[in-house]
Amino acid sequence: MTELMPAEGVFSLMWLLIALPLAGAAVLLFGGRRTNTWGPYLAILTVGSSAVIGILMLLGMMQNSPEQRSIGQTLFTWVFVGDFSADMAFQLDQLSIVFVLLITVVGTLIHIYSLGYMAHDHDKRKFFGYLNLFVAAMLLLVLANNYLLLYVGWEGVGLASYLLISFWQIKPSAAAAGKKAFIINRVGDVGLSLAIMLMFVTFGSVGFQDVFGVAGQASEGTLTAIGLLLLLAACGKSAQFPLQAWLLDAMEGPTPVSALIHAATMVTAGVYLIVRSNVIFTAAEWAAIAVIVVGMITIWMGAIIGSAKDDIKKSLAGSTMSQIGYMIMAAGLGPIGYVFAIFHLLMHGVFKAGLFLGAGSVMHGMNDNVNMRRYGALRPLMLITSTTFIICYLAIIGIPPFDGFFSKDDIIHASFERSPIIGVLAMLAAGLTGFYMTRMVAMTFFGKARWEDDVHPHESPKVMTIPLIILAIGATFGGLSLVYWGNIETWLEPVTGIETIELAVPAWVFELTTLVLVIIGAVIGWMTYARREVPVEAPRGSWLTRAARKDLYGDAVNDVLVVQPTFYASRWLVWFDNKGVDGFVNGSAAFIGGLSGRMRRYQTGFVRSYALSMVGGAVLVVLALVLVRAS
Amino acid sequence: MSALVTAVASETETLFTAPGINYYAIAPILIIFGAAVVSVLVEAFVPRRARRTVQLVLVIGSVLAALGVVIDLRGTRLITGEGALAIDGPTLIMQGTLLIIALLAAFLMAERSIDPLGDAFAPRASALPGSEDEQEFTKRGYLQTEIWPFFLLALTGMLAFPAANDLLMMFVALEVMSLPLYLLAGMARRRRLLSQEAALKYFVLGAFSSAFFLYGAAMLYGFSGSVSLVAIADTLTAKPSEASLVVIGMALLLVGLLFKVAAVPFHQWTPDVYQGAPTPITGFMAATVKIAAFGALLRVLYVGLGGMRWDWEPMLWIIAILTMLVGSIIAITQTDIKRMLAYSSIAQAGFILIGVLAVSPAGLASALFYLIAYAFTTIGAFAVISMVRDASGEATHLSKWAGLSKKSPLVAAIFSLFMLALAGIPLTSGFVGKFGVFTAAIASGATWLVIVGVIASIIAAFFYVRVIVIMYFSDPTPDTASVVVPSAFTTIALAAAATVTIVLGIVPQPVIELVNQAGVFIR
Repeated sequence: MTELMPAEGVFSLMWLLIALPLAGAAVLLFGGRRTNTWGPYLAILTVGSSAVIGILMLLGMMQNSPEQRSIGQTLFTWVFVGDFSADMAFQLDQLSIVFVLLITVVGTLIHIYSLGYMAHDHDKRKFFGYLNLFVAAMLLLVLANNYLLLYVGWEGVGLASYLLISFWQIKPSAAAAGKKAFIINRVGDVGLSLAIMLMFVTFGSVGFQDVFGVAGQASEGTLTAIGLLLLLAACGKSAQFPLQAWLLDAMEGPTPVSALIHAATMVTAGVYLIVRSNVIFTAAEWAAIAVIVVGMITIWMGAIIGSAKDDIKKSLAGSTMSQIGYMIMAAGLGPIGYVFAIFHLLMHGVFKAGLFLGAGSVMHGMNDNVNMRRYGALRPLMLITSTTFIICYLAIIGIPPFDGFFSKDDIIHASFERSPIIGVLAMLAAGLTGFYMTRMVAMTFFGKARWEDDVHPHESPKVMTIPLIILAIGATFGGLSLVYWGNIETWLEPVTGIETIELAVPAWVFELTTLVLVIIGAVIGWMTYARREVPVEAPRGSWLTRAARKDLYGDAVNDVLVVQPTFYASRWLVWFDNKGVDGFVNGSAAFIGGLSGRMRRYQTGFVRSYALSMVGGAVLVVLALVLVRAS
Repeated sequence: MSALVTAVASETETLFTAPGINYYAIAPILIIFGAAVVSVLVEAFVPRRARRTVQLVLVIGSVLAALGVVIDLRGTRLITGEGALAIDGPTLIMQGTLLIIALLAAFLMAERSIDPLGDAFAPRASALPGSEDEQEFTKRGYLQTEIWPFFLLALTGMLAFPAANDLLMMFVALEVMSLPLYLLAGMARRRRLLSQEAALKYFVLGAFSSAFFLYGAAMLYGFSGSVSLVAIADTLTAKPSEASLVVIGMALLLVGLLFKVAAVPFHQWTPDVYQGAPTPITGFMAATVKIAAFGALLRVLYVGLGGMRWDWEPMLWIIAILTMLVGSIIAITQTDIKRMLAYSSIAQAGFILIGVLAVSPAGLASALFYLIAYAFTTIGAFAVISMVRDASGEATHLSKWAGLSKKSPLVAAIFSLFMLALAGIPLTSGFVGKFGVFTAAIASGATWLVIVGVIASIIAAFFYVRVIVIMYFSDPTPDTASVVVPSAFTTIALAAAATVTIVLGIVPQPVIELVNQAGVFIR
């Protein structure tokens, strides 16, 4: 690890990155209704300022030589107990600055978009307050220089996510979805907290510098355990198999939330965690293999679910799972994959935010209907939305020169280096991506209009379309510029390490094959959903479609494995509590109560009996003393 | 000082010299006593209309002045008045606490806004209950301002009680403290017969216990030829074999003191008196008498009878266990909140005895902390009780507290705080107090005592929490009492008590340091 540079100049403002949105959240959440008018603008201002600071820091960092790009800032000693200490300290390096920019820039755009999307909501200050809270927590997560502080941010984004999913809590489904997300995330959080404890026991510290400095000295078993626990945490936050079930339900939240939290930023925290802990995964091979397996399963699950859902947001959510699966898998590949995982994460953050916001814009014009079977032929009516949506669509399926092409192909290429099986599976899934995304675009913007009667589709206001345009521009040029101008591989190299891919087959073969597969998928999708009539009522479909509509039985599995046993255990415990514990407690209570009632009788109210008891007591005292003396 | 006087005396060979007295060291006692005397004169010469104001100024002024002197005396360790009074760390801490509590109690006694008829005291204690005279006095709005001289005299005795370093002084202090309290207990405005009965019971039994005390003191004098605690201790070391006279003397002396702290089996006056006395007085004596009497008990045991430790320890173990268990168990079936708190105060005396039985500097410090914590919580609890009323006066029956939280969430919350503190729940002063005495006792090897203590606290938690359950989880009935908004007097007292209860629970360190620095009793 390189030594951290002291935070000087623009970097001394590092704490402001977090403090600004946090202060915004505090004002909005404690300010009450009076902030309803100006609160949203304050929220945009705080996040926007953080974005400006982030950009200035990037520029400052680029002026430093690569060895001097890790900057530390310690505010104060936060926890200090016995041998344990953790500082309120931040670490800004090439990895975290990427996240800072993603969070603040995309965050700002989504804040602005929300201004239009939430214009008529009575509690919009609360919404913006939660959004600000989320941004602050997410920045804390990526800026922390030790695992404990990271954990605070980790829980903070979980809380914000919960609050925002169930923002429309008057809908029982939204409240239930929030609860579900919270509970499933808790499983992952336990993994993270156990990993932190294990690290402290093993290394005597939870600081990144300390842990990574001595990680090589620990036994491989311990490192594997830490790695698997970290993977469990990542699965929870990033909706990876087997903790994926909450993300689809999380679409109950307002669409900007889905875009910011459940597509662009929070759900990528797991990728960040694994890449940040790359030293551990590099040393623990089995943990890394588990990462690949989990990533691969989720790539396919997400893609299959995305292909079957008729709800535009849920279909996008499936796609998010799948794309994060790519990142997780890449992170499991070792130094060869870390860079590409982050690269794809960044690109995905841009185009997926664009897709979600586009979906929100469509819903806005369709009376909040999310059923794609009720869309169709919207392109002429929503020119900006459809154009930006299609650009992001081209990006996600990986058509050059849009940005997904660069990042996804890199991952597929790298996976062939690891094993041909992984490579082929990853490549085929790219074809499936082409199919389900084409299906979505075709059902929404092309084909025949299948609108409900009272719907009058219209383009959204500028405050919503401008963020879409900006994101579409990012999706068009982001990949190109980062590869040919920014060179993200050398940029991240000091943090993640790098390995060159050495394969007998040249890279363009893989790229071309993938492209062909994607186009095949897209053509099938187009033929099925744009050229043919799309029924308004969903047909029964194959067994796979039916299974995918039910989230591949994710809920059923959870129900059988966790929920039902918990219910039974709970019922048994209630029974035991009633019969056993309460029996004992009530029995003793009854005994003491009876005793109390009997003893009360000696409180007669007569002075003479009181005096008698005093005399008796005095006699006993004397006797006791004499007896003690005599013995 | 006294050594100097003795030296001078031997040089001049006079047969009688004035006792050497460090007047400043005993100034707190003298100020309050002086104020009491002036207060009597006020009753005699100041016109009725102005009396209450003058008395209040006098009381508050003198208490604050005495408190100032106590604070200024911090660090003092001396014996003055020819060995009669010991002014040391524990004494000063107890005197300081007594004065602050007395100030809060004075505020409660001065409250006139709660009862539509006036304050908590009978307009004329001499008028027969229910008589036409009584109605006449009530109609004229008379106030019984004689409570203030009594209050100050009782306070004088309390301040001297823990400082008393010989048995004679201790007896005088005991009586000066007790006699005015007997009277004050009988002066309630409402339910006067109950109040008078309580006063009479208190007086008769108190006199009875005083007799025990005096008889024990006489025995101890017979043994050592002196009433001084130090002299008794010295004689015990000099001729330990002839201690059989001491055993009886000690037993009787302790009976007198255990009566005052309300230890079982000398506790039976407590519920009757607590219930009958005017609530401000109940709060006052519940908090202060406990402090003063434990101060005296500690000094007698640690200084005078330290050499007999192996004799009195087993006996006090039994008393402590009985006190905790009987107090906690009987409290469960009480339906009157004042009686319940009376049994609670009995149980609390048992817990403090655990600290006493640690027989170590840590035990002394923890007992002191416990007393401070208990005193503030108790006076606060009685302040709340004085505010919860229905048409007939205070609504002390627990059934009338059902659903109180819905009518007055703030008051219910504050009372819950006091109940949790008395139960010893963390983040309240009561937890720190219990933790302190238990730790000290375990360090001294009294593990079994602590185990019984923990069991008793579990039993006790039941009835404390029950009040909270009644207030929060029952629906209000038509009988549910309402909370009267008091004047600034009660509000200040209540706020102070609640603040101390919370602060001592969250940041107890400064007070713990204070009691630790108080050190041991001077010999």
